[in-house]
Amino acid sequence: MDFDLSEEQRLLKDSIDGLLKSSYDFDARKKYLAERDGYSRAIWDKFAEQGLLGLPFSEDDGGFGAGPVETMIVMEALGRNLVIEPYLDTVVLGGGFLRRASREQRAAYLPGIIDGSKTLAFAQLELDSRYDLGDVATSAKKNGSGYVLNGEKVVAGHGDTAGTIIITARTAGGQRDAKGVGVFLVPADAKGVDIRGYETQDGSRAADIKLANVEVGADAVIGDVEDGLLIVNQVVDDARIALCAEAVGAMEEAVKISVEYIKERKQFGVAIGSFQALQHRAADMFTALETARSMSYLASMASNFTDLNERAKTVAAAKVQIGRSARFVGQSGVHLHGGIGVTMEYRIGHYFKRLTMIDHQFGDADFHLARIAATGGIIR
Amino acid sequence: MDLSFSPEEVAFRDDVRAFFRDNVDAAVRQKLFETRHITKDEQVSWQRTLHKKGWGVPHWPVEYGGTGWSAVKQYIFLEELQRYPAPAPLPFGVNMVGPVIYTFGNETQKKYYLPRIANMDDWWCQGFSEPGAGSDLASLKTSANRKGDTYIVNGQKTWTTLAQHADWIFCLCRTDPTARKQSGISFILIDMKTKGITVRPIQMIDGGVEINEVFFDDVVVPVENLVGEENKGWDYAKFLLGHERVNIARVGISKARIGRIKELAARTMAGGRPLIEDPLFRQKLASTEIELKALELTQMRVVAAEGKHGKGKPDPASSILKIKGSEIQQTLTELLLEVTGPFALPFLQDDARNTNDDWASPIAPTYFNYRKVSIYGGSNEIQRNIIAKAVLGL
Repeated sequence: MDFDLSEEQRLLKDSIDGLLKSSYDFDARKKYLAERDGYSRAIWDKFAEQGLLGLPFSEDDGGFGAGPVETMIVMEALGRNLVIEPYLDTVVLGGGFLRRASREQRAAYLPGIIDGSKTLAFAQLELDSRYDLGDVATSAKKNGSGYVLNGEKVVAGHGDTAGTIIITARTAGGQRDAKGVGVFLVPADAKGVDIRGYETQDGSRAADIKLANVEVGADAVIGDVEDGLLIVNQVVDDARIALCAEAVGAMEEAVKISVEYIKERKQFGVAIGSFQALQHRAADMFTALETARSMSYLASMASNFTDLNERAKTVAAAKVQIGRSARFVGQSGVHLHGGIGVTMEYRIGHYFKRLTMIDHQFGDADFHLARIAATGGIIR
Repeated sequence: MDLSFSPEEVAFRDDVRAFFRDNVDAAVRQKLFETRHITKDEQVSWQRTLHKKGWGVPHWPVEYGGTGWSAVKQYIFLEELQRYPAPAPLPFGVNMVGPVIYTFGNETQKKYYLPRIANMDDWWCQGFSEPGAGSDLASLKTSANRKGDTYIVNGQKTWTTLAQHADWIFCLCRTDPTARKQSGISFILIDMKTKGITVRPIQMIDGGVEINEVFFDDVVVPVENLVGEENKGWDYAKFLLGHERVNIARVGISKARIGRIKELAARTMAGGRPLIEDPLFRQKLASTEIELKALELTQMRVVAAEGKHGKGKPDPASSILKIKGSEIQQTLTELLLEVTGPFALPFLQDDARNTNDDWASPIAPTYFNYRKVSIYGGSNEIQRNIIAKAVLGL
């Protein structure tokens, strides 16, 4: 039992912290948001230079063969700095599918991901699917050796800038059947793909994507074309694990700046942090942060579980804790700041917004709680 | 980073489990599982069983009878004990006065008291709180005035847990009335049989007797019963309270309680189906299970850090363990209460049973009784003060 980072992991943490400290302050971030892609390509190139984009891929594929703890370290740092570059979409989600893809597919995509030239998006959500990954109406019909895709995907993170979209589509069965979902690699510029991008509440970007008779070859299919949900579940769990770590980073910073603020802000002639009502709120924020951190660690460890049910349950439990902690820390952070907390001008509001949106990505606390309740709990 | 136990630790856990399986009296285990009280004899006899095995005071230094177990093994032992469930060793001797004596006491005191504590030859109680000194413990007034080779003790202690069974009490007494609040307090051991001591039991809201008032009226105590230096008692008390916070999370007990809730909810019918199949009930339980998991991991982090970096001062983050641990214990007794439905109402004195299958009657009392856990051991508000000050620097 050991919760410490190894020497190499500490170095990784120091290097990404160093990079973001020198290039990602509040004002710099504002500039990145205003760039054409909604994030900074220069920062993305720096991520590539530091090897961050190749972390989870095997050495045979040109990566570093790093594990879940390394991804956690990166995601926490991204959370602390409210980084909007598409790490989750490209490396965790896109990379997650490709790590489970064929040798040819890995060879075609991974070098570009690792050197920063290729970004990906995952288009899974549909108008009626909400958080159910198996609820897929978009269709994939056999067409010679390939497929024809039709349907509409919504709120795909960074879907408007990615070169390749990974799409779930139904190859067999009814709309909510677990069997009959395929996973397809679709070039963003393929004929029949219509992408409408927009900003998200937390400063990032997403897109709605219409597919009208989009033709793809057999080489576009990742895994078993009728049993893709197995991979989707695992990759999305990886994304949930990463989101937990990102939220921990964001909460850590939110607690820190809120405590700093109430130490400095004076009313009635004293720092408001001297009032017990505020101290107790801050103490509760700390408790929410640390319990969330504990569950984020557990979720990262669960990434290597071989029992897939146990893995899914553990990740769901972590997402519940993170959702609840994030809501409390975000709301309290804004509240402790007073008026300035509800403005765009100060950092805390942006942390609140990101923390709020994390709960809406890949299942909120209630969704995952219901999953755990339905399967009889997690304490044996 | 690695959350798993080593093969040696797993083997140790199996040994511990086997020992509980072979040595805990089945009736005692059932009582604990049903949240009933165990008797004084059952408590003492269990401590002696543990002591005979060499596990009576596992966390003490080896020279005084400890086991030399790592922090992780201590954790495994307590976790398994709580979740079996086996009786928890009474804290007043082994967790409180024992560590104070082996850390600050003289050789004579160590030789006399420590073996008796480990074997529970003496039943100890804690004389800290007073009517006017609760969270503000340093405002205590009970006095010990030096007269020749004795102290004359006068005053009153209260909330004294299980003092009705006690042979000894360790007291904080004011030995220097002129000194500043925290100075001028001494740590004194008093034989409960001494003339001038009166114990008045206080009935708790569950109907049972667990706490007492203890009155001291010109009680003569030999001066050799002073532990450490005169007027340094506050330091020893702070040391002791730090020890008290260890394992206050009581994760194993909460796990056992979840097992009990699931068992009862599976055989309690509600709307034509077992209560456990009610989605709202299931979600409330699952919600608490997740909080317990987060608490367990947080405790493991504290334990792992202690094992790796040594046992220094108690980690201020352990205040989290007290706050969350007590909240979860209270929520679980509330869920147990919910399971009883209308059978919460019948009140039976002294754990008497209503029928042969009377599972419900101890539950409402337990719920009432457990309001204590957010109050004792430094109330949850005191723990928040500790976090605000010691961790956040407010």
